[in-house]
Amino acid sequence: MANLGIDVLFKGTNFLRLLQGLWVSVEISLVSVAISILLGLVVGVLMTFNKLWLKAILKIYLEIVRIMPQMVLLFIVYFGTTRVFGWDITAEAAAIFVFSFWGVAEMGDLVRGSIKSIPKIQFESAYALGMDKKQTYFYIILPQTIRRLIPLSINLITRMIKTTSLVMMIGIVEVLKVAQQIIEANRKASPNAAFGVFAVVFLLYFIVCWPISRLAVYLEKRWA
Amino acid sequence: MDINILREYIPLYKDALFLTMKIGWQGILLSLILGLAGAAILHFRIPVLKAITGIYIEIFRNTPLLVQLFFIYFALPKVGIKITAETCGVLGLGLLGGAYMIETIRSGLESIPVIQTESALSLGMTKEQTFIHVILPQAISMSVPGLLANIIFLLKETSVFSTISLMDLMFTAKDLIGMYAKTIECLFLLVVFYLIMLLPVSILGSIVERRMRYGQFGD
Repeated sequence: MANLGIDVLFKGTNFLRLLQGLWVSVEISLVSVAISILLGLVVGVLMTFNKLWLKAILKIYLEIVRIMPQMVLLFIVYFGTTRVFGWDITAEAAAIFVFSFWGVAEMGDLVRGSIKSIPKIQFESAYALGMDKKQTYFYIILPQTIRRLIPLSINLITRMIKTTSLVMMIGIVEVLKVAQQIIEANRKASPNAAFGVFAVVFLLYFIVCWPISRLAVYLEKRWA
Repeated sequence: MDINILREYIPLYKDALFLTMKIGWQGILLSLILGLAGAAILHFRIPVLKAITGIYIEIFRNTPLLVQLFFIYFALPKVGIKITAETCGVLGLGLLGGAYMIETIRSGLESIPVIQTESALSLGMTKEQTFIHVILPQAISMSVPGLLANIIFLLKETSVFSTISLMDLMFTAKDLIGMYAKTIECLFLLVVFYLIMLLPVSILGSIVERRMRYGQFGD
């Protein structure tokens, strides 16, 4: 009971390595979130258009993302497509692709919801003033939508960071993998290291995600 | 794609599906129980328990299931708490889901107008009777779409069970790819079996949502 293996973290550069591992996850999620927000805005606007074929395609896309676990998508891209098409992609690229694929659909749906929540009169007034469709969206609808969207997209960031812990499964060395390596390396010297190290990883994720989700709650209350 | 290989692998996937479903539904049941209990605690503002529930929600909503499972499965045995992989899966999923279910049920409870409580109380019902017979049934039916969304989310999350060496769908696929390198067949079956598991719930979800919207139409 005396030794819970926290001391392992202070040996050499272990703690620094854990933080670097965490940064790998955060980096992948930040890149994916950036892509998701940009493309998500476009997809979300497309979702509100009244074209049947467009609606059908986007609906199928959304449903695929909703139903398939991200881990399955990761496997399909990293192991499946490389096999079928014979190309060579790094695990990081596969991860960013999958998380963006997922994020764009989620973000698109959020954008669609926010646009739908804007009263119809805003569109009608803009048209009555002689604006065309592009101008209406650009100057009237999107500015209002974005304000409602910001808390929701911040939430997406925390979800993204939490989901990126899966990339360990396709061989990316992130915080959990580093944790396992540290535990393995100290198996003899400190058999209880698993407790200390995994507790710290647990805490690290919490420290990263908690402030972000508090911010989202705060903004949602303030801007709702 | 080779049909014979598919035929050979299907029984393996079927076993994996049963295991995934078993753990998944047990975990979901646990999460619903936790969700009801937690929502009731927050609703009645029970002093100490309320704070504990709040901390519980924040902790489990802000960490990934994978990390939670690793902590329960690899770290807790070091301090003398030993549990099997299966229990660990149920516990991890239940605890994660509970944190989400509480929020969903609570927002259902909050959406019930105060006049419902006041009317029930003025009819001479006790506080408990009001909650159980008047508020809760309405709140549950309000939160059904949210609960179904949570259930789909939790069933999807079961894919991380393979990391604590449970023979679920993901584990089977990874194992077979590793052994026989029939990547395409394995991934195809993986997708098919996840569809079998998730599509019915998803369809149910959209039907319920449509009906709920229909119900609100008159307002």
